[in-house]
Amino acid sequence: MRYAMAIDTNKCVGCTDCVVACQTENNVPIGYCRDWITETVDGTYPNIEIELRSERCNHCDNAPCVRCCPTGASQVADGGIVITVEDECIGCGACIESCPYEARYTHPDGYVDKCTFCLHRVKEGELPACVAVCPTKCMYFGDLEDPNSDVSKVMKFRKYKTLAPEAGTDPHIFYLI
Amino acid sequence: MSTNRRQFIKISALGTGGVAMAASAYGFAGSFLSVFDSSDEKKSINMKRYPTYCEVCFWKCAAWTHVNEAGEIVKIIGNDDDPHCNGRLCPRGTGGIGMYNDEDRLKTPLIRVKAEDGGEDTFREASWEEALDLVAAKMKDIGDYYGPESFALLKHGSSGKHFEHLFKSYGSDTIGEPAYAQCRGPREAAFATTFGSWVGSPEPTDIRDTKCLVLIGSHIGENMHNSQIQEVSDAIDKDVTIITVDPRASTVASKSKYWLPIKPATDIALLLAWMHVIIYDKLYDEAYVKKYTHGFEELKKHVANYTPEWAYGITTLEPAQIRKTAVEMANAAPAVIVHPGRHVTWYGDDTQRERAIAILNGLLGSWGKRGGFYLKEKIKVPKYPHPPYPHPQWSWENLGEKYPLAQMGVTNELVNASIPELAGEHEIKAWFVSGTNVTKSIPNKKVLEKAMDAIEFMVVCDTMPMDVTGYADVVLPECTYLERYDGIRSATNREPSIALRMPAAPPKYDSKPSWWMAKEIGERLGLGDYFDFDKYEDVIDWQLQKMGSSLEEMQRIGVKKFPRTSGPMYFEDGEDFEFATNTGKIELFSTELDELGFDPMPVYTPHPEPEEGYYRLNYGRAPMHTFSRTANNPNLNDLMDENVIWINPKVAKNWSIKSGQEIYLKNQDGIVSSFPIKVRVTERIRWDSVYMVHGFGHKNEKLSRAHGRGANDTELISNVKIDPLMGGTGMRGNFVTFLTDNPNLVES
Repeated sequence: MRYAMAIDTNKCVGCTDCVVACQTENNVPIGYCRDWITETVDGTYPNIEIELRSERCNHCDNAPCVRCCPTGASQVADGGIVITVEDECIGCGACIESCPYEARYTHPDGYVDKCTFCLHRVKEGELPACVAVCPTKCMYFGDLEDPNSDVSKVMKFRKYKTLAPEAGTDPHIFYLI
Repeated sequence: MSTNRRQFIKISALGTGGVAMAASAYGFAGSFLSVFDSSDEKKSINMKRYPTYCEVCFWKCAAWTHVNEAGEIVKIIGNDDDPHCNGRLCPRGTGGIGMYNDEDRLKTPLIRVKAEDGGEDTFREASWEEALDLVAAKMKDIGDYYGPESFALLKHGSSGKHFEHLFKSYGSDTIGEPAYAQCRGPREAAFATTFGSWVGSPEPTDIRDTKCLVLIGSHIGENMHNSQIQEVSDAIDKDVTIITVDPRASTVASKSKYWLPIKPATDIALLLAWMHVIIYDKLYDEAYVKKYTHGFEELKKHVANYTPEWAYGITTLEPAQIRKTAVEMANAAPAVIVHPGRHVTWYGDDTQRERAIAILNGLLGSWGKRGGFYLKEKIKVPKYPHPPYPHPQWSWENLGEKYPLAQMGVTNELVNASIPELAGEHEIKAWFVSGTNVTKSIPNKKVLEKAMDAIEFMVVCDTMPMDVTGYADVVLPECTYLERYDGIRSATNREPSIALRMPAAPPKYDSKPSWWMAKEIGERLGLGDYFDFDKYEDVIDWQLQKMGSSLEEMQRIGVKKFPRTSGPMYFEDGEDFEFATNTGKIELFSTELDELGFDPMPVYTPHPEPEEGYYRLNYGRAPMHTFSRTANNPNLNDLMDENVIWINPKVAKNWSIKSGQEIYLKNQDGIVSSFPIKVRVTERIRWDSVYMVHGFGHKNEKLSRAHGRGANDTELISNVKIDPLMGGTGMRGNFVTFLTDNPNLVES
């Protein structure tokens, strides 16, 4: 079992629905977020390329945030999902510094918070809230080891990239291009 | 110091200290119904869910409001069976919860207290009894003295419907909504003239099956018209060809095979050149044109000289690109949509531009075809019985009679009729404003303020202390859509469907649903027979029973679909069809416009261009906001808390302006933005125009998150070009320059 997500940049319109759906699903306080939108613009008018994409924790196989955590609060759960156990987190912020994706923040209650792929929903056979809500259906989630999962199927015939591959983190969010 | 009678009250003067959780007068708490489906347990653990349809925009997506054990609304999820959202709300729908939680909401009725000795007017809190007595007494006085027609209703959305019923019962059909003359009116007039049918909402565009989608300035994806953007995404999966015409690299432009970065205000030239290529290169659907259209030969002659080379000099678009895109459309036909757009009041010749769009669809044979425009259908909701409405002596029709194609109240004419020196035979003396922030929806602020100053009485009903509430004599706090019943949603679609809105929580503070306000005012006016029900759910249940459903069923399922009864969605090959036009055909040559003395076929008219140092002000939407109503919503404000002004890097360099810098904007008439706006230097915009998202720059301090954030495009729109056909307000002929220093600083 290895959970992963593929996000189609050809369909994402950057509407931020994934952000607000995550906030209401996971009780993320206003002013904070576990996922966000990035826009890149290359070229000169009118020859320009725009990319919009939804970003979050990359649930890396080689996760620096897990390696650097002094208490073991930052850990890998079933299916490769990187989580932080609130009770074990002392809020030192080492994981925040180590993450090349800036995917973690300190919750006002003192612990570090981040995307969990909506583990509580996934356990029940549901999709993560961001995937379930996306009006463009640009996000595909599932088990990479299952060839019939949505994510495996779409990655079979599409080109994709990852973010900051040079960091050597082996990220598991794939951007279809 | 302003000496206006209707002095704007900064609602900061409100003394709304403690939050009074006043017990509702209509016994709400007992009517809760558990619609929790135990088979769904794993989906909504310990939650109840209540059906609703969204009111954050006009798309009205059906959804489930989820409530936890403490009775708190925690999230809103789309209804899987709803054709408007297919189980997926947009960010505004998902963030609709913020409308309910916003602590800046209007909490209690307010009544203006006139200042003595030139001081500032204030509001005082009032009971519902007192506020409604006052509104009813004024309606009676104005009705007795001037006639009820002199009391106008400016409205939008579901709440407006209840007040529309009140006003028609009272004898006034002096009703208008900015959604027509400030938004989609021109396309409705143009499509009615061409196809004999309004476009309507949601648009009957068969995007999911189209092969070619042509967007004229329409920024789908930034305007978050839910099922429409979903279908664009489906079409992208099927390798659709999108052709986007926009001076700005919109989001959808970046998804397009062809982005035509047109010079602003020249769209009609491009549309005529496309017609030329399609006709003279014989790319049109010959059989369709022969069978269904009128005036092809006249059109052919009309566009003879409108070559792509001619259009090049006007639009700056290369002739080869114009030809190539015309061929793309023809190759896809009839599965092609030249989209009518939605907010189309741009330059004053908007009905003619929309006519050009309609004509192109006629030539390509896309109306009534799969992948083009489907034949829409809706189900009629039976009218709850009431006595016939009295016949007003005059109405919106008289005020808009100089616009032969106006099909609804022209708000700007209602405004003019409220100013004695501009009013004609009929004068408006009072306004009731429901769910529309007119200071941000109707342009030409000077005239608007003059009207609000001249009228004798003004009521505003809203959920939030929007800027317009500051001009009111009485403010009525409405509860949000999550706290009330409303009329059954029935909209045109591929197949008819209805949706129910019911409360998921009792109204917060001392807010009330508008159906209750309308009924209370009606009863005070002796119009009780028009409101022959105790609770609105009684009306809904009666209607649902007539439709073969029931309140109980709809509370359980939220959305119900009905089979089509009007026949197939598309024309069969060679099927006879009579269009509701003079000739019974699609009118390429409009006999109606010809008879009225207007151009029967569109012509290109050059529009004024900015002087040196000025840039055309274009405006649009962001996917997480609707109009000006969401700027203070805590969830949506968190996603975007201010607008910015997009400036091309070459222009920014000339001005030594950098991204993030705050500047003020000054328009061609010397009007300066009330607040500064941050700059976004970007290659996504042409050098001759600037762009900002509409709906920011709020003046009311009580909007704690939105006040003073960003700039208000509407206040910079003082040059308004009126569409002579339907009265729409062309708003894109305004030019701004930059003030890099704060103009409000005074040297000491």
